[in-house]
Amino acid sequence: MIETNLSLAPHNERDLILEYLAPEKTADAVKLLAKSKGSVHVLAGGSDLLVRMKGGYVEPDVIIDIKRIKAMQDIKKGATGFSIGAAVSCAKMGEHKALRKAWPGVVEAANLIGSDQIQGRCTIAGNLCNASPAADSVPALIAAKAVAVIKGPKGTRRVAIEDIATAPGKTCLKKGEIVESIQLPKRAAKMADAYLRFTPRTEMDIAVVSAAVNLTLGPRGVITHARVALGAVAPTAVLVPEATKILKGGKLDDEKLEALAEICNAACRPIDDKRGTIEFRTHVAGVLATRAARLAYTRAGGKL
Amino acid sequence: MGKDTLLTDRVFKSVGTRPMRPDGIDKVTGRARYGADHNMSGQLHGSILRSPHAHASIKSIDTSKAEKLKGVKAIVTAKDFKTKGITDPGLLDIIDNCMAGKKVFYDGHAVAAVAAVDAKTAKAALKLIKVEYKLLKHVTDVDEAVKPKAPVINNKCFTKGVDPTPGKASNVAKRSEFGHGNVAEGFEAADVVIERNFKTGQSHQGYIEPHACVASIGPDGAGELWVCTQGHFVFRQQCAEILGLDEAKLKVTSSEIGGGFGGKTHLWVEPVALALSQKANRPVKLVMSREDVFRASGPTSATSIDIKMGVTKDGVITAAEAELRYTSGPYAGSWATLGAMTAFACYDLKNVKTVGLEVLVNRPKTTAYRAPSAPMAAFAVESMIDELADRIGMKAIDMRIQNAAKEGTKSSYGPVYGPIGIGPTLDAAKNHPHMSAPLGPNQGRGMACGFWFNFGGQSCTDLNISSDGTATITVGTIDVGGARASLALVVAEELGIPYEQVKAVIADTGSLGYNEMTDGSRGTFASSMSAIQSCRMAIADMRQRAATLWEIDVDEVVWENGQAWAGGESNSNHPPLSIADLAKSAEKTGGPIAGHAQIVADGAGVSFATHICDIEVDPETGQTRVVRYTVIQDAGKAVHPTYVEGQFQGGAAQGIGWALNEEYIYGEDGRLQNPGFLDYRIPVCSDLPMIDTQILEIPNPNHPYGIRGVGETSIVPPLAAIGNAVSNATQVRMTHVPMSPPRILAAIHAQAASDDSSDD
Ligand SMILES: Cc1cc2nc3c(=O)[nH]c(=O)nc-3n(C[C@H](O)[C@H](O)[C@H](O)COP(=O)(O)OP(=O)(O)OC[C@H]3O[C@@H](n4cnc5c(N)ncnc54)[C@H](O)[C@@H]3O)c2cc1C
Repeated sequence: MIETNLSLAPHNERDLILEYLAPEKTADAVKLLAKSKGSVHVLAGGSDLLVRMKGGYVEPDVIIDIKRIKAMQDIKKGATGFSIGAAVSCAKMGEHKALRKAWPGVVEAANLIGSDQIQGRCTIAGNLCNASPAADSVPALIAAKAVAVIKGPKGTRRVAIEDIATAPGKTCLKKGEIVESIQLPKRAAKMADAYLRFTPRTEMDIAVVSAAVNLTLGPRGVITHARVALGAVAPTAVLVPEATKILKGGKLDDEKLEALAEICNAACRPIDDKRGTIEFRTHVAGVLATRAARLAYTRAGGKL
Repeated sequence: MGKDTLLTDRVFKSVGTRPMRPDGIDKVTGRARYGADHNMSGQLHGSILRSPHAHASIKSIDTSKAEKLKGVKAIVTAKDFKTKGITDPGLLDIIDNCMAGKKVFYDGHAVAAVAAVDAKTAKAALKLIKVEYKLLKHVTDVDEAVKPKAPVINNKCFTKGVDPTPGKASNVAKRSEFGHGNVAEGFEAADVVIERNFKTGQSHQGYIEPHACVASIGPDGAGELWVCTQGHFVFRQQCAEILGLDEAKLKVTSSEIGGGFGGKTHLWVEPVALALSQKANRPVKLVMSREDVFRASGPTSATSIDIKMGVTKDGVITAAEAELRYTSGPYAGSWATLGAMTAFACYDLKNVKTVGLEVLVNRPKTTAYRAPSAPMAAFAVESMIDELADRIGMKAIDMRIQNAAKEGTKSSYGPVYGPIGIGPTLDAAKNHPHMSAPLGPNQGRGMACGFWFNFGGQSCTDLNISSDGTATITVGTIDVGGARASLALVVAEELGIPYEQVKAVIADTGSLGYNEMTDGSRGTFASSMSAIQSCRMAIADMRQRAATLWEIDVDEVVWENGQAWAGGESNSNHPPLSIADLAKSAEKTGGPIAGHAQIVADGAGVSFATHICDIEVDPETGQTRVVRYTVIQDAGKAVHPTYVEGQFQGGAAQGIGWALNEEYIYGEDGRLQNPGFLDYRIPVCSDLPMIDTQILEIPNPNHPYGIRGVGETSIVPPLAAIGNAVSNATQVRMTHVPMSPPRILAAIHAQAASDDSSDD
């Protein structure tokens, strides 16, 4: 284990002494998390944590870096689907052919985060645990029915992605708990997902609203399963269960798309802020959901 | 000296070529030293405590606890700045803005500053300073601020320019008026009259390098300031007066500059660093954070413009009138005056009237931003021209050509124009392939013209010839966009030696006479004029030396291709003497070879540009994409065409950002909500297409090489060009900058709703 007392350069306006720990096993990380006192933070890519430290919003006493933990470093393909280690960078996800093929929506969401430089460091587990309502990978993971594997002092629990964030910046993780991996289900035949976000800029921006759609088709393009999630329209990313009912049974036609837009509009509980108005977010949520649905439908082999 | 600055028909050898800039390698390798790259031994860390309130009176400031903290070496508040004896109201405003006196006027206004041994101690000390505020009602919106019931920001503000001066204080600091003819009669003669209100958000220059300086004053009252600035001589003058120092004893050195665009023409933290250094008797380094830059260094004005224009069915503009309200922050400025002067300057108008109102608001002090105030006025005027043309069924470009100002036109702000470039830029636009290229679905094309004054002013340069014959040109205008390359080209041209043998250096304030700032597009215009005169002085001297060596009359010595030639047949036995030859024998002919000039560079002339752009709008989201953009501008003579193009492109890029997304957003509490690049959205690389440029060269008759300033005009047309393109793409007139997606979508929906109701 690496253990250092870090004194950040004074020109960073931060020369506070803090404890930096880099365990190599999940169990050690859990132990350290459970016993450390003060402000304790997990460090994955650091693209949220370091920004918040620099801004003075958090002043950690202890940082636990998870990038050396073997169990968190890989993408594994198994009988039940994919397991993405919590320390896997979003760039690595984009380079994984099988993952890209199986979950194009999840990968495109991960590869929208920041820029090439950010993606070289950042993780979807960090994106999830940062608990921003605008996190890009989260709606895609919700639509994909992904599950977070959480290790803690009391053992392992598996929690649906939509249940992780409880409010902006808050998660259901308890003291000592850590996300070890994110599990994506096995991809069925004729199944595909898509993710779209709205940002005023082409990159280096935060979603003003976003939508993810995951569809499974039966014979003749009939939709057999559907999951729709929206981002940045409520305190946390939301699953829209009513959308499943609307989309299931039958092909993706104009009537379904119109109903989908309406139900997505209705699912929005956004705020007016510097990034967008209530009207704008509500309207564009519907627009993006229909566009993502079209994309997922054609990806799954359906014809529009 | 004025006369020999006039244009001569010269065939150029160096001027007009595109060599590599001398500062390039240092900049890309990180060797160049910017504001924060300088350090002095024993230097302290300076930090500023800023107001969290938009408007409050300061009841008390208790620094006693902070003073006791180990490692704190000095604390200053307004008490430490003596205003007695200072009469210039502008300087008093600068002092109050650098360190709030009785009141804080905006979120981010400085109230106290600390110098400590390190950043951590300084930060801890700031937390220990207790400021007791009494909150006052605030106003940040320009139209709210002029309402009779608005909270009055300065109870000694009685509108200037109104006769008689009002007895009641208000937020209107000044009214200015320009124009000629009779607008009422003009509107009578019009077939179509349109009246509208246009608004623009407050934008920031967005320079990548934050303000930074290192100040050091000794107990003898002599000091140094290393600073990132657009004008170190002006900074010296103002800082010396504020600190009560002798100007000559304060040496100000300008660092490399990571963008300024007007924002670094103003003092924000430098007097504070000097005051801390004076008090601590140690050097103090002060670097603003990005958040501080947004909250407390001058953005441009937010505006609201009421405009009315009339046109005959044949396209003649019969009258134009506008009231332009510009925010100036909490202190009086002349921003609306500039807006009122530039608004209609592109056109030849019989009847025109503009009124500018300087409006005080609880926002940071407005400062210059590239052609300050002109882009907002152009947004209103050029949008109206398009709409009027549309109403009478004429092409907007033809209506512009028909009404364009020309030589002899009485400008809307008074003077009569000499030879100007608006007509040629319009003709070039009309003939440009961009104008007739096909548009895709949901795309619209827009165009707009822009005007800017350009300045000249005081400049001073030295030319020194080294012993090997290479030349150093020393100037006092800092280099923001390739000026060193341009000035070296000019000197190479004048002396007749290769560009590579000339080094351009920017002197500190101790090494050269006073120079005005690099602003008003004056840097290359004014310093090149002075440099040419310095060269001519050195050439005259070198001819004399050659004459002495040859023992002939100086009139027989000709200077050509960097050499002295003995003229006349009887002298043909003398081989020519190069600069290097003359430098070698300098000891025998009168010592080092040098030239010097000090001038007031008159005749900068005015500048015009025309821009064309294509924008695609997603009708379902209001998302915009800049598909194609073309800048056409008159450069007089492009000394280094690549850097002229860079100025054209840079101004357009900044204008595009301002037009589409950039804006200060204030909360109900008067606090700035987006003091960072995440939510203050300047364009990223992938937001912009390659910006096409076309340089026109209509020589400036008042400059020996025909040079005009090119730095600013390019930001004037974009707001309007994009507004027109978006309006043409959506069929909805856009009147509010920035045209962010929520605003465009709301406008599309509002139009659809009103179309629906009128269909019923
Ligand atoms: C320039 C820039 C651009 C950005 N653009 C985007 C964007 O477009 N879209 C977007 O969604 N985000 C964006 N972000 C935010 C950020 O990059 C993402 O949220 C990223 O996914 C965070 O991952 P990370 O590994 O860097 O997280 P970290 O910063 O390491 O961690 C984030 C938070 O999660 C906690 N955490 C991390 N891993 C675990 C774990 N395994 N178990 C428990 N808690 C954990 C940390 O303690 C911390 O609180 C941007 C950030 C920057 C700096």
